[in-house]
Amino acid sequence: MAEPVIELTEVCREFPARPPVRALDRVTLRVDRGDYLAVAGPSGSGKSTLLNVLGLLDRPSSGSYRLDGTETTALRDGARTRLRGDRIGFVFQSFHLLSHRSVVENVMLAEIYRSGGARKGRARNEPAGSGTAVVGAGNASMASPRWSLGTVKQGRRGGRRARAMAALERVGVAHRAGFLPGLLSGGERQRAAIARALMGEPSLLLCDEPTGNLDSRNTEAVLDLFDELRGQGLTIVVITHEQEVGARAERRVRITDGVLVEEGWCTYAT
Amino acid sequence: MHVRDLIGEAVAGMLARPVRSALTTLGTVLGITTLVVTLGVAATAGNQIVGRFDELVATAITVEVPESEHTPLVEWDAIDRLARLRGVESAAAVAESEDSANLSVRSNDIVDPTRVTTQSLTVLSATTGLPEAARGRMVQGRFYDTGHVRRGDRVAVIGDQAAKALGVTRLDRSPAIFIGKHAYTVIGIMGDLRRERNLSTAVIVPPSAGRQFGLRDVTRVLVNTTLGAAGLIAGQAPAALSPGNGDMLQVVAPPSPTRARDQAQDDVNALFLILGLVSLVVGAVGIANVTLVTVMERVPEIGLRRALGAARRHIAAQFLLESTLIGLTGGVIGASLGVVTVVAVSAAKQWTPLLDVRLAIAAPIAGAAVGLLAGLYPALRAASMEPVDALR
Repeated sequence: MAEPVIELTEVCREFPARPPVRALDRVTLRVDRGDYLAVAGPSGSGKSTLLNVLGLLDRPSSGSYRLDGTETTALRDGARTRLRGDRIGFVFQSFHLLSHRSVVENVMLAEIYRSGGARKGRARNEPAGSGTAVVGAGNASMASPRWSLGTVKQGRRGGRRARAMAALERVGVAHRAGFLPGLLSGGERQRAAIARALMGEPSLLLCDEPTGNLDSRNTEAVLDLFDELRGQGLTIVVITHEQEVGARAERRVRITDGVLVEEGWCTYAT
Repeated sequence: MHVRDLIGEAVAGMLARPVRSALTTLGTVLGITTLVVTLGVAATAGNQIVGRFDELVATAITVEVPESEHTPLVEWDAIDRLARLRGVESAAAVAESEDSANLSVRSNDIVDPTRVTTQSLTVLSATTGLPEAARGRMVQGRFYDTGHVRRGDRVAVIGDQAAKALGVTRLDRSPAIFIGKHAYTVIGIMGDLRRERNLSTAVIVPPSAGRQFGLRDVTRVLVNTTLGAAGLIAGQAPAALSPGNGDMLQVVAPPSPTRARDQAQDDVNALFLILGLVSLVVGAVGIANVTLVTVMERVPEIGLRRALGAARRHIAAQFLLESTLIGLTGGVIGASLGVVTVVAVSAAKQWTPLLDVRLAIAAPIAGAAVGLLAGLYPALRAASMEPVDALR
């Protein structure tokens, strides 16, 4: 059985207050490689806290979190940072593109902090084989898909621009590479942000309300892109309060007052 | 993170807000410019002072001879021994007294009956080398010689201003002047004095003639040396003039050129260095303030970078490098402006600009150091942010 990408066991996150606020209450969650998971829930339910814990931006108060087989709760700050940079791609609601840098430079930014251990780590955790996998209902862990940006040379610095262009090509905004983000539409900005998240071929794409600032047409386009990426074996976790977005995921969980409840699976054929 | 990436990010961060960066740089520019101008002008002016000292003062020695009740401390002929010392160019012994400082001197009123020809002038006696020792020349006539001295001739040499006051304009008819009731023949007019300029209003008589005015003993010896010999002669002169009582003589030697320059530099430096340092501190505070504001403005960016895998040290290094680059830019511009200013001031004053090469190198480094120090706190503040807080 392949190693899951995410394995949360009895994770709690409490914030100091009187009485203490428990934002995550004994959350147990397993996400296998190639899963497309939507985490739904009302405001203040603990969605963002869960995303922060999954993204190694925050530490659980108790419980265990294994990312790509690595137990993260005991890791020091530096190791967590490296793991985050190497294994996780973030997509934010407000895009978080640097306004004074061109689109391609924003995408290239994702690589400058990488330690280069991502591929090595994945090689250890993944069985051999590549290509697009069919992810069936409930048996995603049985597949070992590997998604890739393509055949761009994988050097540390050399080829970074080419890789960024490949990522932009992949999300369909390569023609906007030289533009400043302010000149792009909301949908294009989010695509650029997704391209940045895809740089370095992360194990996990973590999306925080990725369509929150988009109109329905751009929302549809971004969700189509997620479908394509999932189809190529990328593991995607989307935090959303929009039903339409949650409905597009193959697996949905709901979080209410910090308690995670499985809602169901649907089957995709790719 | 590769160093080139770090530099690239810092430069991009600095250029993202060009106007703000330029204004922030201005503080360092002013500080460094002031420092370079201060040190450059001080060195240039100091060098100029040395030149003047060399020309006028650095070779002039005066030996003051205190009054002695018994035998004179310096005999009139002692000047010959002094003149034999290697490095002595000219020397003269002078006798002055308070009694002879304001004597009534009258010229022959036959020359011009309507003219007031009685003046109150200083009378002094001196050895024959006085014109050279006073760095003057004989405008008319000649100075008395050893023959006049030996014979006790009643001759006098008068300063050019004294000659004008007495109405003595020509010497071809051997004009006479009366010092008190004693008549003296004026044989020369001395002028263009570059040392002891008060001699231009004096009447100088040979030592043999000066006795009747109380000018018995040598009170002062004027010595001119070759360049660089002043220190040596100042040490040797007392023994040469008064072998047994040399330690009783007071030698007034020129200040050391190096010391003179250093003193001049110190005076200028002390004032303007403080000004420069204050400007630099103001510049540093400006950088620190703007960098801190920038950090606060860029909290989401810091969060993003942390999410992308930037460690705390990467964030700290980037902000530190940005402030250092601002300081370095200010230092380079300030050093350039400073050098140009020093050259311009020197050109206006017709001085030779003198700038230490090390200063031109050190100034940008000082600017960078100011930027580095000023950026420390903001950089640490940025690095201490938790990514989850920064992204919120």
